[in-house]
Amino acid sequence: MSSHLLSLSIWVPILGALLVFAVGSERRNAARWLALAVAVAGFLVTLPIYMGFDAKQAGMQLVEQASWVAPFRIQYLLGVDGISMLFVLLNSFITIMVVLAGWEVIEEKQAQYMGAFLIMSGLMNGIFCALDAVLFYVFFEASLIPMYLIIGIWGGPNRVYAAFKFFLYTLLGSLLMLVAFVYLFVSSGSFNILDWHQLPIDIGVQKLIFIAFLLSFAVKVPMWPVHTWLPDAHVEAPTGGSVVLAAIALKLGAYGFLRFSLPIVPDASQFFQPLMIGLSLTAVIYIGFVALVQSDMKKLVAYSSISHMGFVTLGFFIFNPLGIEGALVQMLSHGFVSGAMFLCIGVMYDRVHSRQIADYGGVVNTMPKFAALFLLFAMANSGLPATSGFVGEFMVALGAVQFNFWTGFAAATTLIVGAAYTLWMYKRVVFGAVANHNVAELDDINNREFLILGVLAVCVLAMGLYPFPFTDVMHASVDNLLKHVAAGKLM
Amino acid sequence: MLNNFVAPDLYPAAPEIFLLVMASVIIFVDILAGARNRWLLPFLTIATLVGAAAITATTFSEQSVLTFSQMFVDDALADMLKLFTYLAVIFVIIYSRGYLQARGLDKSEYYLLVLFATLGMMVMISANHFLTMYLGVELLSLSMYALVAIDRDSVRATEAAMKYFVLGALASGLLLYGMSMVYGATGTLEIGGVYQMLYHGAANKTVLVFGLVFLVAGIAFKLGVVPFHMWIPDVYHGAPTAITLFLGSAPKLAAFAMVMRLLVYGLFEVALEWQSMLMLLAVLSIALGNLAAIAQTNLKRMLAYSAISHMGFMLLAMMSGVVGDNRAPAFAAYTTAMYYTVAYVMMSLATFGMLLLLSRKGFEAEEIADFKGLNKRSPWFAAMMLVLMFSMAGIPFFIGFFAKFSVLAIVVATGHTPIAVFAVMLSLVGAFYYLRVVKVMYFDAPTDTAPLAAGIDMKLLLSANCLAVAMFGLFPQAVIQLCKYALERSL
Repeated sequence: MSSHLLSLSIWVPILGALLVFAVGSERRNAARWLALAVAVAGFLVTLPIYMGFDAKQAGMQLVEQASWVAPFRIQYLLGVDGISMLFVLLNSFITIMVVLAGWEVIEEKQAQYMGAFLIMSGLMNGIFCALDAVLFYVFFEASLIPMYLIIGIWGGPNRVYAAFKFFLYTLLGSLLMLVAFVYLFVSSGSFNILDWHQLPIDIGVQKLIFIAFLLSFAVKVPMWPVHTWLPDAHVEAPTGGSVVLAAIALKLGAYGFLRFSLPIVPDASQFFQPLMIGLSLTAVIYIGFVALVQSDMKKLVAYSSISHMGFVTLGFFIFNPLGIEGALVQMLSHGFVSGAMFLCIGVMYDRVHSRQIADYGGVVNTMPKFAALFLLFAMANSGLPATSGFVGEFMVALGAVQFNFWTGFAAATTLIVGAAYTLWMYKRVVFGAVANHNVAELDDINNREFLILGVLAVCVLAMGLYPFPFTDVMHASVDNLLKHVAAGKLM
Repeated sequence: MLNNFVAPDLYPAAPEIFLLVMASVIIFVDILAGARNRWLLPFLTIATLVGAAAITATTFSEQSVLTFSQMFVDDALADMLKLFTYLAVIFVIIYSRGYLQARGLDKSEYYLLVLFATLGMMVMISANHFLTMYLGVELLSLSMYALVAIDRDSVRATEAAMKYFVLGALASGLLLYGMSMVYGATGTLEIGGVYQMLYHGAANKTVLVFGLVFLVAGIAFKLGVVPFHMWIPDVYHGAPTAITLFLGSAPKLAAFAMVMRLLVYGLFEVALEWQSMLMLLAVLSIALGNLAAIAQTNLKRMLAYSAISHMGFMLLAMMSGVVGDNRAPAFAAYTTAMYYTVAYVMMSLATFGMLLLLSRKGFEAEEIADFKGLNKRSPWFAAMMLVLMFSMAGIPFFIGFFAKFSVLAIVVATGHTPIAVFAVMLSLVGAFYYLRVVKVMYFDAPTDTAPLAAGIDMKLLLSANCLAVAMFGLFPQAVIQLCKYALERSL
C-alpha cells in the first residue's frame, strides 16, 4: 500500500512557505491569504490520516519507504502509530491558529513570519512521522532554524539573548543524541528506529545512550533543571512563537522519550526510573510554586507549561497504561490550553503592550466576551473537570497512585498549585475595578480573535467531555510499547 | 649519450601541458592586446580551465598510469580532484572579477599567477615522487605569496605576504627534511617505491618515523592545522578578499591530495604512527579553531579560524583508516575525508563570495557588522548566507551536516566515540559564532543601505553555489558517490 499522506503533511506547508516568501512582504494581503490557504491545506491533508487510521493495529501505519542516502543506509521512512498520529493533526491545526493570530499585529516582514511558521509546521510533522533516526534528527535540528529567526526577528526587547539561548541549549542536547544514533547505527547496521527496538544492547551501553537521549529530550521538554531557556524564549517570542513552542515544540521532547528512550533502552529506562520520577515531581511541585510568584503573565504560563510537562514525563516513567495514555492526553490538551492561554495574553498584549499582571485589573468590565473565554482556558489550565486539562491529569494521577501512593499524592498537588497560580493571575488581571486608563480603553475581541479562541474553546470542552476519540487510537500502540519495556532487551 | 633516454609518455600529463601552454599564450595576448582589451584575460583564463577540464574528463583514467619515470601518476583520484579544482578556480575568477576591477588589480599578473597556482595544485595532485610533490608545493606557494601581495600599496597585504612567505619557507624546509629522512630510511624517493620498501619491511623504522614527523609537520602547514596554523588568520585577513577566496578554496583540495599521496600511498604501512599524529593535530585544531573564532569581529579572521577547525574535522576522518591490524575502514575513512574537503571548498567559495558581493569600490566588506540588516537590503542573499552559515555549523538540511555526520560515523565506527563527543561539543561552540552572523543579518537594522553592486553573472553563480550547498544537503549521495568512485579506482 502506498499512500503519500504523511509526505503531504510535511511538504505541503514547506513548499507553500516558499511560495509565501516569493509573494513577499510588500504584497501583504496576498501573502497572508496565501499563508492561510497553505495552513488550511496542510491541515486538510492530515484529516485522512485520522480517518484511515486503524486503531486496533499497534504497528506503524501509512508507511512510506524509499532509500535516501545509500552509503549510510539512511531511508526516507515515514509512518505513524497511535502515539504520534494525533500530534500531526494537532500541529497542523495549531498552525492555522498561529497564522490567524499574526494576521494584523505583525507589521514587519509578514510574509517571512508566516512562511517561517509554515516551514516550522512541516518540519515538526516530519519529526512526528520520521521512522529513520537520521531523518528524525534532520527534522529535529532543522526546526531550530525557523524558531531561532521567529524569536530573534519578531521577539521582544531581549530577543537576541533568548534566541541564542534557545538555539544553543537545544543543540547541546541533540548533538549528543546524534553521537548515540551513530553508535546505534554502527552496532546494528541500520538507522531504522524499528530495527533498534529489537536490537539487544548491553546495560552499560544502554545507560550511556539513555543519558545522551535524556540530555536531548530533557532540554526540549523541558525538564527541571534544564528548563531555563523556556521562560526566556516564551517571554521574548511573539505570540505565535509562544503558541508553537508551548503547543507543539515541547511535545517533541516528550515524544522522543516514547519513541526512543523507552523502547530502545528499556532496561536503562527502568534503571533511571527513580531519577526520572524525581525530576518530574520536582518540575511539577517546585516549578508550580515558581509560577505562583511570577509577575509577568507569559512567564507564568511558561512555568505552568514546565510544570504540566513534568506531569507528562511522570506519566511516562511509571510504566503503566494509565500513566502513558494520561500523559499523551495531557500533551494534546496542553497543546490546546497553553496555546489558547498564550493567545489570550497576546490579545491583551496587542492592545496594552504589557505583559505585567500589575498593569491590568478589571478587564472583564471592558472585554466581557474575552473574559469569558479566558476563564474557560484558565479553568482548563488548572485541571477543572469537564475540560481537557482534567482528563490527562486525572489519568496520570490515578496511574501514579497505582504505582506508588506517595508519588500519586505528590503529583496530585499540582491540581491545587495549578489552580492557585492560574486563578490568582486570572483574578488579578480580569476581576476588580478598572485599574487604569489603558484597561478602560480596551476594545473587546474582534471577530477574528473570537473565531480563534472560540474554536480552541470548543476543542478544550469536547476533549474534556468526550475524550474517547483521542484515547481509543492510543491503546494498541501504548500496550505494545509497555510490553516491550517490560520484556527488556538484555541478552 | 642519449641511448638510455626514453621519451616520456606525455599523454597522462596532457591537462598540465595544456594549461602551461595556455598560460604562456595569455602572456602574449596581454602584451599584444593592450589595456583596452583587458576583458580578454578572465575570458581566456576561464576558457583555459574549461579546456583543461575537457581534457581531464575525456581522458579520465579508470586505472593508474605512471609516466616521467614513475614521477607522475594519472589515476581516477587525480582526475576527480583536478576536475573539482578547475571548477573551484572558475568560481574564484568569476567572483573576483568585479572586486579586482574596482581596485585596479585585474592585471594580467593575477590571471597568470592563478593559472600557475592551479598548475602547482595539479602537479601536487598527480605527484608520485617526493620531488614532484615538492615542485608542485613550491609552484603553488610561490604563486600564492605573490598573489597575497598583489595589492602592493597595501601595508597589510604585504605584511601578510611576508609572514606567509617566511613561514611557508620554513614549512618547505621541514617537508624537504622529512623527505630526505624517508629517503635515508628507504633508499627511494618514489612514492610507490617507498610503499614497496615498507611493505617488505626493508626500512629503518627509527629514521623513518623521525622523517615522518617532519613530513606531517609540512603537510600540517599546508592544511593550516594547529600548531602550524599561525599564518592562516593573518594571511586570510591581510590578503585582498578575492585572494583569500582563492587561498581558502582550491588549495584545500591540493592539500588533501598531498595527505593522500604522501601518507596513504607512500607510508600506509606506518599508518598507526601518523594516525596518532593526525589525531593530535585534529583535536587541537577543532578546539583552537572553534574557541578562537568566537572572539573575532572580523569575518575574514573568523572564517580563517573556522577553516582551521574544518581541516581538523577532515583529519579526524583521515586518522580513522586503520585500527590495530584492521585496515577495512581505510576506504570509507578516506572517502569521508575527501567528501568533507569537497563540501568545505563548496561552502568556503560561497562564503567568501558573499564578502565580495557586499564589497564595492572604496568599501571592503569584511567585518561581521557589515552584514547588519542584510535581510532588509536583500532578503534573497540574506537567505543564501543563512544557508551557508548553518551549513558551516553542521545544521541540516545542508551539505555541512552530512559532511560532519559522515566524519562522526567513521570516527565512532572505529571506536573513537570520546573523540566524536569532543568534536560535537566543540561544534556547539562553533554554532555560536555562525549564529552571530545570522543574528546581525536578521535581527539588526542595516547601517549601510547601498544596493549590492555586483554583476549579474556573479549574483547568478553565487546563488547557484549556495543552492548547491542546500541541494547536496537534501541529496547528499551524489558527491559521496563521486568521491567513492574516484577512490575505488585508485586505492
